[in-house]
Amino acid sequence: MSSGARRTRSTARDIERYASLFAQRTKVMKSSAMRDLMALTERPDVISLAGGLPDTSTFPPDSYASLMGTVAAQSCARALQYGPTEGLALVKRCIVEVMAAEGIEIDADELLVTTGGQQVIDLVCKTLVDPGDVVVTEAPTYPGAVPTFSTYQADVVQVTMDRDGMRVDELEAILDGLARSGRVPKFIYTVPNFHNPAGVTMSLERRCEVVRIAGERELLVLEDNPYGLLRYEGTPLPTLRSLDGGEFVIYASTFSKILSPGVRLGWTAAPAPVMQKMNIGKQASDLCSSSISQYFVGAYFESGPWEQYVRSLIEIYRRRRDVMLDALAEQFPREAEWTHPQGGLFVWATLPDYIDTTDLLARALEEHVAFVPGRAAFVDGRGGSSMRLNFSGVGEEDIREGIRRIGEIVREQVALYGTLTGAPAGGAQAAGASGRQQPAETDNGDVPAAAAELARIVPLSAKRTQAG
Amino acid sequence: MLKGGHSLERQVSLKSGARVQDALERLGHDVIAIDVGSDLVAQLTTSRPEIAFVALHGRDGEDGTVQELLDVLGIPYTGSGVSACMRAADKVLAKHAMRDRGIPTPDFYAFNETAFKELGAAQALPAIEARLEFPIVVKPARQGSALGIKFAASAADVPGALVAAFSYDRKVLLERHVTGRELAVSIIDEHGRPRTLPIVEAVPEQEDFYDFEARYEIGRTRFVCPADLVPPLAARANGIAADVYALFGCSGFARVDLMLESAGNELYVLELNPIPGLTETSLLPQAADAAGISFDQLIGAILAAVVT
Repeated sequence: MSSGARRTRSTARDIERYASLFAQRTKVMKSSAMRDLMALTERPDVISLAGGLPDTSTFPPDSYASLMGTVAAQSCARALQYGPTEGLALVKRCIVEVMAAEGIEIDADELLVTTGGQQVIDLVCKTLVDPGDVVVTEAPTYPGAVPTFSTYQADVVQVTMDRDGMRVDELEAILDGLARSGRVPKFIYTVPNFHNPAGVTMSLERRCEVVRIAGERELLVLEDNPYGLLRYEGTPLPTLRSLDGGEFVIYASTFSKILSPGVRLGWTAAPAPVMQKMNIGKQASDLCSSSISQYFVGAYFESGPWEQYVRSLIEIYRRRRDVMLDALAEQFPREAEWTHPQGGLFVWATLPDYIDTTDLLARALEEHVAFVPGRAAFVDGRGGSSMRLNFSGVGEEDIREGIRRIGEIVREQVALYGTLTGAPAGGAQAAGASGRQQPAETDNGDVPAAAAELARIVPLSAKRTQAG
Repeated sequence: MLKGGHSLERQVSLKSGARVQDALERLGHDVIAIDVGSDLVAQLTTSRPEIAFVALHGRDGEDGTVQELLDVLGIPYTGSGVSACMRAADKVLAKHAMRDRGIPTPDFYAFNETAFKELGAAQALPAIEARLEFPIVVKPARQGSALGIKFAASAADVPGALVAAFSYDRKVLLERHVTGRELAVSIIDEHGRPRTLPIVEAVPEQEDFYDFEARYEIGRTRFVCPADLVPPLAARANGIAADVYALFGCSGFARVDLMLESAGNELYVLELNPIPGLTETSLLPQAADAAGISFDQLIGAILAAVVT
């Protein structure tokens, strides 16, 4: 770019001018200290347990080549062309198979193909959420959903979880409270299987309760299930969708973790009127998802049993999970707690409440290790002592070493706090110290002693910024 | 042009660096942008620049480390030299130097982690808290951009605040909190002499102090430049800032952050930044703009001040 073509300088006036141009919804789109810290986590010399990346290194390159060759030979012009907004029939057949493996019977015409599961969250918000509308989520919730809720200026309220998932008693109390002030949530967002980031799975009993509540109060539930097939132990539980029959449950899933995130393909099945709106919303966003990707997935399913790759991933991830859990038991002090995920990609660890995991991350980066600070998964300032640890993205040696490094600095901080307060190291127990609810239990069955913290409604709408 | 690096302010530095690079190119210079890493010396040796524009913030970039390296390689560079950077970047050293010289800075105590681990300093906390009075600001000695700064409203908050600050540095400082207005005096060398630019006041929209979020997000902070101060007060602030600049032996440019205490109208120096931000929301460019100096002219002046 020649120097003459450069844009003019920014001045204080320009800054103010841009500030007044930005839509209200961007004012809650925070660029955070955490995001800048997070940018440092992906340096090559850092053992990053912070990513959410599946392992794509074992997908055979010659399979990839051969599949693309098949697409080129059989469908070149169509793969290069626009497709219908709702997605191509050939990939919908694949989706029907995947959903069958999850115990859901679905027709191809009940499906909308999307650009990743992420787009489903966006479309549901686009369809349902006006600024100030309430969305109920778990506490913690999928960090990637928070910016989406912000963009649509939702008021988010988070319901705590325990080892069985979302606390349904708290959910009902919250819904009653909202009803008293004349408010009804537009939808409840849940990740029932191997929750990102909490690692826990919603029990069958809770699933039935959630479906019952949805039916009684006529509330929509967005069931986000990217990891359902990545199960390492235990028995698969029926999806909310299959318990509800599709009346109030909007189901979302994706090829990202069972095939490839790079293809950017997910899907949703929802009650028909909602589907129609989402279809229009998608058309306005990107016209259609990638035809090339859809043909690739179609060819992949044609070429052999797709479950085989999933099984191979399960083997790899199970071993990595076990390495992480063993390392945690060895390296983390007894004040720490963590979840035992039966599948998925993440462990959620909670430290004593005098440790802030955002600050801890700064310390951890000095030791070339990284994790996701828990605050990223909350909108209301909770989560400051928790962290999300990913075991799918790095090998077993790195997992072991990474946990060792984190454990060392955690023990260092626990000891320092003990010195500062005159208490013996380890005097402060994690649960109950401040009355703050732990999001999940340890695998030895301890029940968090703390009383549930009252859930707050956190407005992500512009009203909050003006009130300040 | 040196930018990026591995400090916690890397992203800020990349933004500063990008703006600086644009300006340098508009000024007609050939620019080689280097995101500093382990191959820095190799890259500098190969490219043999005439001048290095240092747009690094935080550890290794602003504390004399990279400056020392450039001295060894014989490459002239922008901004302050090694000793000025060292004195300024370590808030504890800086405050001691200011206090010894009679330059007003909030009362403080500073400790290494070892003081707590080995010398039982925790037992001195009540005495410290009594002297400084609450709220107490707990900060790492060597970390910029408000990362790691915590407020302790009561004694119960102090241990957690110390643990947090020690996440960023082995040395921390506990400082009396000054309630009042946040002022920034920017200084650039012009024809060999330091010139203070119009004072910028930073008024965060929401946060009750100028934290990391407000600092770098457009629309989150209101900037008033020139700050609304009676001329004698502005002159005093400028005078104090110039004294600090001279005390540390700075050159090229810098920014001094002060607090104007509401009760009593006293000025206190918080710190001097030897490489202040040059991003879209940074204060030095805004101050320059208020003085009629464009960003390009500012960069040109910083370059001109380099002693080759």
